[in-house]
Amino acid sequence: MIRLLGDFDRAEEALQDAFAAAVERWPVEGVPANPRSWLISTGRFKAIDRLRKTRRESSPPDPLSLQERGNDSSEPEDYDVTDDRLRLVFTCCHPALNPDAQVAMTLREVCSLTTEQVAAAFLTTAPTLAQRIVRAKAKIRDAHIPYEVPSLPDLPERLASVLHVVYLVFNQGYFTRADLATEAIRLGRLLVELLPEPEAIGLLALMLLHDARRATRTTTGGVLIPLEEQDRSQWNQEQIKEGVALVHRAFQTRRAGPYALQAAIAAVHAEARSSAETDWSEIVGLYDVLLRMDPSPVVELNRAAAVAMRDGPEHGLALIDAILARGELEEYHLAHAARADLFRRLGRKSEATAAYKRALELAVEEPERRLLERRLQEL
Amino acid sequence: MRYLCLIYEDEKWWEKASEADMQKGMADYNAFTQSIKQSGKYIGGEALQPTKTATSVRIRNGKLSTTDGPYVETKEQLGGYYLINAKDLNDAVQVASRIPGAQHGTVEVRPIMEFNQP
Repeated sequence: MIRLLGDFDRAEEALQDAFAAAVERWPVEGVPANPRSWLISTGRFKAIDRLRKTRRESSPPDPLSLQERGNDSSEPEDYDVTDDRLRLVFTCCHPALNPDAQVAMTLREVCSLTTEQVAAAFLTTAPTLAQRIVRAKAKIRDAHIPYEVPSLPDLPERLASVLHVVYLVFNQGYFTRADLATEAIRLGRLLVELLPEPEAIGLLALMLLHDARRATRTTTGGVLIPLEEQDRSQWNQEQIKEGVALVHRAFQTRRAGPYALQAAIAAVHAEARSSAETDWSEIVGLYDVLLRMDPSPVVELNRAAAVAMRDGPEHGLALIDAILARGELEEYHLAHAARADLFRRLGRKSEATAAYKRALELAVEEPERRLLERRLQEL
Repeated sequence: MRYLCLIYEDEKWWEKASEADMQKGMADYNAFTQSIKQSGKYIGGEALQPTKTATSVRIRNGKLSTTDGPYVETKEQLGGYYLINAKDLNDAVQVASRIPGAQHGTVEVRPIMEFNQP
């Protein structure tokens, strides 16, 4: 309906009208052979009626475009629902929309969360969020953002922006909102089902593998538990199995991207029985590939931590100091936390204390702050 | 649906460009204009003289004021435009991405406001 009318609100109204008509007529005339097509074509007529009315009352929004769209898209008898959901995802995550609005629209229109739920997840008020969505819908209408799955040449860039939104939703729920992480995984599954591109598969694997550790990531008191101290027997083995299989599937395409690589790293962790038994060489190697593909100081930092596990803390420390010396990650709490951990392992207490304090100044998430406080106390 | 593609580029680039770069820049624009005309999406387009030739005009309290220079000083300046016919925003973005100015400057894509005559 959105595709036919080019407008979310008009589509919602039209469908409501169509359902109202169905309630009146189906009991009398019987249910039509193809209820979906009936609803859609009735909705379309109702929308044209409404437009004619508003046209008489005031200057219409854009009836010409409705005519155009209405005429050239004679809807097929068997309306493809899955395809429609994919169109919806791509429209909500269109890079021409404000990034916050992309996330909000996706959660509301694709995941059917209420505006209040989305607002709560992103620590904003419902009216602010509603306003953002209204603006995004207006842009979809006025700039003619099409309701369609992008064509092949545009697909990589557009899929990247969809995956980014899904990963944002997942990370927003990382510590406190299991429901958001679940929604993100659900969206990830939908994407893999409809569009099994290697990076979609990679992202789903990454989310499943991270989420498999959810129960062991924090203490009941809300203190972050670092990977090496987590109770691995409590990891969700079913999710790990599924995640690992997806990693293999993504790599088999020979087009594995950054998400698949991060998932592969998570898979190595997930399959190791302990931190000591982890194949750190493999992890460093995967980070090397990731860095070549998608260079970033954060990835460098993670690689440095893996090098410290493979070659010893002093080697990792040298790498982290080099990153900081370039003036990068100076404000990133995890850089200082990682540095502090390595000082601690080397028994250099005063340097460790200073680095933990610096990390604590920068950290925002409560579970992370509590772990840093615990570390300081232990020193 | 009509869209205006506004091309913002650092005009100093053109001032500093070597003869060869200048010619290549012109040739790129000519080739693009040719191809968009052939595609049937071209409605109009012009290049503008640099902002040092700009004059800003405003009327305040009924009094005309004319000043030297553009409305705002920015790092990239409006240097030209294309008015195009496109199916939708995706189509318009496709066209805009092929404008040579997108390589180093920025192309702003704006839908045209359509007023319906009774």
